[in-house]
Amino acid sequence: MSSPAAPDPAPPGRPGAVRRLSAWLHPRRRLQLGFLLSGPLGWLTIAYFGSLAILLLNAFWAKDAFTGRVEPFAWSLDAFKDLLASDVYTVIGLRTLGMAALVTVTDAILAFPIAYYMARIASPRVRNLLVIAVLMPLWAAYLVKVYAWRTILQGGGVLEWALTPLGIEAPGLDELANTWVVLSYLWLPYMILPIYAGLERIPGSLLEASADLGGRAGTTFRRVILPLVFPALVAGSIFTFSLTLGDYITPDLVSDAKFIGNVIYDNSSLGNLPLAAAYSLAPIVIMTVYLLVARRLGAFESL
Amino acid sequence: MTESRATRIALRIATALVLSFLYLPLIILAIYAFNPSRLQAWPPTGFTLHWFGEALSNPALIRAVVNSLLVGTFATIVALVLGTLAALAVQRHAFFGRQAISFLLVLPIALPGVVTGIALRTSFVTLGIDFGLLTIVIGHATFCVVIVYNNVIARLRRLPRSPEEASADLGADAFTTFRRVTLPGMRTALLSGGLLAFALSFDEIIVTNFTAGAGTQTIPMWILTAIQRPTELPVVNVVALVLVLASVIPVYLASKVSSEGAIAGGRG
Repeated sequence: MSSPAAPDPAPPGRPGAVRRLSAWLHPRRRLQLGFLLSGPLGWLTIAYFGSLAILLLNAFWAKDAFTGRVEPFAWSLDAFKDLLASDVYTVIGLRTLGMAALVTVTDAILAFPIAYYMARIASPRVRNLLVIAVLMPLWAAYLVKVYAWRTILQGGGVLEWALTPLGIEAPGLDELANTWVVLSYLWLPYMILPIYAGLERIPGSLLEASADLGGRAGTTFRRVILPLVFPALVAGSIFTFSLTLGDYITPDLVSDAKFIGNVIYDNSSLGNLPLAAAYSLAPIVIMTVYLLVARRLGAFESL
Repeated sequence: MTESRATRIALRIATALVLSFLYLPLIILAIYAFNPSRLQAWPPTGFTLHWFGEALSNPALIRAVVNSLLVGTFATIVALVLGTLAALAVQRHAFFGRQAISFLLVLPIALPGVVTGIALRTSFVTLGIDFGLLTIVIGHATFCVVIVYNNVIARLRRLPRSPEEASADLGADAFTTFRRVTLPGMRTALLSGGLLAFALSFDEIIVTNFTAGAGTQTIPMWILTAIQRPTELPVVNVVALVLVLASVIPVYLASKVSSEGAIAGGRG
């Protein structure tokens, strides 16, 4: 970025041309808008929505039985028939959905007390330190965090060392429950921060009013705090839900269970691209519905 | 304050428990980085700095770091330019479809990464585009643009229009006004947006796996491969420790930038 203090070493004639262009553009708001929007919209259309459209097309294209290559514009519903022919894909879909819900609820329960402590009890200095303490693990590399859990869970790891003397068998790296713990761990900061921000916005006078009117702590929590912080909770849940729905690396590294993402990824590299494309419509539809509901609940203002 | 003493103590304990849940795995990992044994068994057998040297002389690792820095830099540049233009258009102009555009712009981070990944991979295969650094940059730019857009538009909402009008009244043309008035006002937003975009790109694996092809590795891809090879684990431990420590940088810079922004732009 150029320093604003430096004088312009402009070649002769340039300032006049720039001035004339600027003056000519000034009344032409539409042209200015076109200039501003053409780059980002062109990019988004080609790179993102264009590729989503191609993905959608691939779900309806046939696959050569011998080479496994996709045949463009050879229309077929084979991918969807394959998906429905075996209940494996239904089971995996429901497992992923259930895990996304479970992780979201777990994170909400874990996040609430610390967010409440940060927003309403900690002194400003402690609050700032806690915000940093929550941000640090958020910024630590995703794979490093999954790997840390692998070293804890695997045979000979910390968990086995701690559990064996108690006569409990360590879980190893095959359990579906591992995925629940690790995903809840990974996305927890994404839930803490919005809830903290939401709680901080609640004026203390409202809670005092509730107490003055005879509301006990439980009542105040249920009737005042929870409704007011709910949009922030939904905002946080967009992250925990969407990130769980799309993750295929964590399930692979800490358990032997397959998720929607695993089916998509495995088929994208091994060849059945139409099947992967058709299956990926599931998370797209689920997330679109989720986002529309979240918007109705006012979550977008809390993002 | 309405919370009873018991509630406060319970909340304090819960906070301490959640914090230890967040930090214990990272601390255990940090200890492993100094473990002389090649085996990832607990407890560690001693103390060594040997694996730091091994990490520095690992050519595949160095190449992956360079690739990640290149990808992050290019994705961030694309994101800064396109994200800023989009934010200026949506915030400074009223036009038909503005609401729709501002909703569509957020989709690349709201939909799961696996969708972006499979969509891009399918497109590259369908269009016959070779996989490599360029395809990785394209994948990362899809969500980096949104990050910068979000940061800049939040700043533009708070930035008063009057200095720009004053600049125009004093005879400055549109480009001069942008360079001397609007851009300095957005500076910290661009900095934090760019920083976020770079950090996300540096850490990205879900999309990258789909768009990298066989020949190119970024640092997360190197880690993913190395995790599954027992002989590489001591070096992975070192890389992990360095990356955890490196997460201090964005947290520190972000807190500096936001406090500076709060001073420059008034209360939130």
